[in-house]
Amino acid sequence: MTAQRLISGGRIDRNKIIKFSWDDCWMNGHPGDTLASALMANNEKVIGRSFKYHRPRGIMSAGVEESGAIVTIGEGAKRDANVKATTQELYHGLTAFGQNAWPSVRFDVGSLSNAFSQFLAAGFYYKTFMGLPPFEWGQGTGTWMLYEKLIRRAAGMGTSSREPDPDNYEHGHIFCDVLIVGSGPAGLSAAAKLSQTGLDVLIVEQDFEPGGDYLNQSTTSVKYSQLLENINNSDIRLMTRTTVFGLYDHGTAGLLERVTDHLSSPSAASPRQRFWTVRSKHIILATGALERNIAFGNNDLPGIMTAASATTYLNRFGILPGKKIIISTNNDSAYGVSIALANAGASVKLLDARTTLPSKLSHTAKGHGVDLKASAAALNASGSKSVSGLEIATLNEEAWVQGGSEDCDLVLISGGWSPIINLLSHRGSKPLWDDENCCFMPGSTDEHIEIAGAGIGIWELSKCEVSGEVAAAAAAKALGKTTTDVKKPSSNGWSEKIRPLYEVKIHGKGQKSFVDPQHDVTANDIKLAHQEGFISVEHLKRYTTLGMATDQGKMGNVIGIALMAEALDKNISSVGTTIFRPPYTPVSLGAFTGRNFNNHFRPLRRTPMDEWNISHNATLTDAGLWRRPWYFSRHNETIKEAYIRETTTTRNVVGLCDVTSLGKIAVQGPDATEFLNRIYTNPFAKLPIGKARYGIMLRDDGIVLDDGTTWRLAETDYFMTTTTANAARVMVWLEELLQLRWSDLKVHVTSVSEQWAGCAVAGPLSRDILKSSIETPNLASDENLPFMGVIETKLKNGVPCRIARISFSGEMASEIYVPSDYGPAMMDLLWETAEPLGGCLYGLEALGTMRIEKGHVTGAELDGRVTLEDAGLGKMASNKKDFIGNVLRKRPAMVDDYRPQLVGIFPKNRKEIFNAGAILCNEDNISGLGEGWITGVTYSPVFGHWIGIGFIAGGYKNWISRGAIAADPVRKGNIEVEIVSPHMYDPKGSRHHG
Amino acid sequence: MIRIQCPFCGERDHSEFTYGGDGSIKYPALNAPIKDWLAAVFHRKNIRGLQLESWHHINGCRMWLLVERDTVTHKIESVRAAHIDFQKILKV
Repeated sequence: MTAQRLISGGRIDRNKIIKFSWDDCWMNGHPGDTLASALMANNEKVIGRSFKYHRPRGIMSAGVEESGAIVTIGEGAKRDANVKATTQELYHGLTAFGQNAWPSVRFDVGSLSNAFSQFLAAGFYYKTFMGLPPFEWGQGTGTWMLYEKLIRRAAGMGTSSREPDPDNYEHGHIFCDVLIVGSGPAGLSAAAKLSQTGLDVLIVEQDFEPGGDYLNQSTTSVKYSQLLENINNSDIRLMTRTTVFGLYDHGTAGLLERVTDHLSSPSAASPRQRFWTVRSKHIILATGALERNIAFGNNDLPGIMTAASATTYLNRFGILPGKKIIISTNNDSAYGVSIALANAGASVKLLDARTTLPSKLSHTAKGHGVDLKASAAALNASGSKSVSGLEIATLNEEAWVQGGSEDCDLVLISGGWSPIINLLSHRGSKPLWDDENCCFMPGSTDEHIEIAGAGIGIWELSKCEVSGEVAAAAAAKALGKTTTDVKKPSSNGWSEKIRPLYEVKIHGKGQKSFVDPQHDVTANDIKLAHQEGFISVEHLKRYTTLGMATDQGKMGNVIGIALMAEALDKNISSVGTTIFRPPYTPVSLGAFTGRNFNNHFRPLRRTPMDEWNISHNATLTDAGLWRRPWYFSRHNETIKEAYIRETTTTRNVVGLCDVTSLGKIAVQGPDATEFLNRIYTNPFAKLPIGKARYGIMLRDDGIVLDDGTTWRLAETDYFMTTTTANAARVMVWLEELLQLRWSDLKVHVTSVSEQWAGCAVAGPLSRDILKSSIETPNLASDENLPFMGVIETKLKNGVPCRIARISFSGEMASEIYVPSDYGPAMMDLLWETAEPLGGCLYGLEALGTMRIEKGHVTGAELDGRVTLEDAGLGKMASNKKDFIGNVLRKRPAMVDDYRPQLVGIFPKNRKEIFNAGAILCNEDNISGLGEGWITGVTYSPVFGHWIGIGFIAGGYKNWISRGAIAADPVRKGNIEVEIVSPHMYDPKGSRHHG
Repeated sequence: MIRIQCPFCGERDHSEFTYGGDGSIKYPALNAPIKDWLAAVFHRKNIRGLQLESWHHINGCRMWLLVERDTVTHKIESVRAAHIDFQKILKV
């Protein structure tokens, strides 16, 4: 290939120079160039190295189907691998590099593998290295894993940066009436037609310039200018540099907008790319078609490309891609290409695989000096790093025979056209094989989607325009608008028939013909796959990796399927096709992520006391979405020193703990009592006003859902608390019950978790703190506020509050709730009294220690597998009423005595430590799933050694005289443990009763 | 993206909703025989085609809805409030 920039013509601005670097060598291009066109204008031939064989590859197309010119753009953290040079817009200072090659794409040591290529057919690595005898016998896949690393290094594409992505990405949303995908003749015509209707129309174009095939014409079409003007004067939105990469349900489309990928110095405020979600009422697909290759010998050499792309380089970029050109075609479309190239001064020979040449076209082509040959096709290309000659095959009674060879510097192939049906495939519509046009046509769909232009096999530009208007009229009608009448184009398809041609070979002669050049899948690989029994296209695809490269088979799939059909002696239609899935072209992970990373990955819930806690030296930890105090270190205490002190102080004096994160639900209405009575396992019907009760809810299947206390504030007004972890789930559950099942109950539930700030005051002096903190101290007396008592009153500072005497720590304790904004004021008030008394603030770690000592369950225990009995709460099930889960909890396996049940765990040697997550095993059978597991451990100040909580088969009574092992092979090894009652500390509860 | 016509809020993305499951199930009385409960909770049909299902507008109005949806095409035939009283009010 000796390409050359012409002195005039094309849509580039020759008055401006863009400097860019290719493999550290600076070159010139012009505004309007892609990287591929600029490289071609600089007569660069080898742009890439192939995936497996490291064969030199050049520019094969002018668009998204590119399989040869795949490069890395940028350096350092901004390095972007596997960019198609054909779609990368040129900009000042662009730095591009060849990839999958060492030291460079022009000289690549890895190309030695091409010499061994006969050993590297489909499945070679798996067959050779997996289960390699004798090393791997009985070894699992260890050796394979070792080889795989080496293989992966040799085969592959570019490598991405290992640094954090420095770019920003955004998410956006668009609504429209009609989404038009593609701004070629069909898309623009459709849009212009819709401009009369007042509908909200959005056109999306992946290129940086709208126009599609209009841009490939030798002179700017008048119609094109009119359409653009019409659209510019309307309210229609046109997005360029934007790809519709996927179509989803109900008119939703996913778009990737490349905002700054074409700029040398983008504004820091701009995102690199935007991920748009479009919700449309109607979609018009004007996505066009892609020209296909033909499999023949060395058809991947640089200097071989699709025929129509030569017109693009000539007419759009002002480049004559070769001087001595051979075109091999099986259809009419290449004739126009031959004429354009001949007019530009190239010597052009056109091989037409058909036995008769199209009369009118061939006459015109001859008139422009094109040398025509019927019944001929490209057979085998030669040349080391770029094509320098072509062996030609001729037809002899439907069989290809050698037909001489010719020198050339460019070979153009037209194997027919494939409508771009990817987006419709995303909607589950099965493509249909069309024998007449030798391509898959879009299948039918019930959705609000029209298809226009080459996407339905309309190959003539003027007919595509009409087809766009037809689609627009249909969309308008569906949306209740009228347009002026349009007639359907007279006929689709070819005026002179295409000859089906997928591979050219001479019987008995070996050659390397590529079907999917990007993944180095050859025609022989397809045949091998067939021989080895892979007859479904889906299996074929996975075995050979056909169509699994970044172009997703845009170039190769049809050839691969055709060859499989031939091997199976079937029609292509009965072989079928694989399903295209999103994305149409690759989407960077950054665009999917948008701004949802690091601290923005999920919301942070801070309690109203968050700042108060921090200012009192809290170390924080995450509990679900909530941020909670973990411990309050004093004098550089470690976490262990801190929680031991906090636990000891709380048990002996008093401690305060922010418990705002607990779920809080207002349950109100005349039937609230009945409702609670149905959802809790224990009776609620007779809970007096001013009292709280601990309750457990089950799911329908009898498994524990959640626990918490519910306070009766008035006849029809309850305040329910849930665990932090299950707050949202419980709310959904209550709403489901009230709306779907028991719509006769007059109850309203409202989440008030955010409305109330809560503080637990725990310890022997907790009553003193309360008395000093509320307006009427006497209300906190044992008489007025007995265990499980509830009062609503005011704090000393006038803040309204509700207090219940409930205890999670096992000490005499109360929970005080105030309206959220008063949380810090409440803390100030309580701490004012508690601090001088020698009290402390305590965090989650101390809370956990105290609840483990008491054997109280939390989310770690209530993990969705646990019954009431398992949790040691069997007595909480009323036998005097019906409640949710009561029937199914009695299934035989749910009441088996030998189910794992809640227990306490002591190390046999009290000096030893064991871990949460360890498996509890019988001491003489440490294997398998064991007999139970440990859910929580802590150092216990009251016992002076480590303790744990967990589950073990049959519960602690079953293990009184049996030894158990906390098996933890990965971390600590095995520790002998003693299984005890879960109520390790103050089992009678005398402390919290005061 | 499935779009659901919430009778309270209008057409919204399915990401605002959570899926509840089979909406045709009539849960038995709390004291019903175990076989009724087993049927309601475990013996579910795996329908190919039009299915009545419950959806919760969890990031919207928090109302439970009954949606007739085709499990193959995701086409939605109808949406109504799950609560019988709201159904009546919205019909008027």
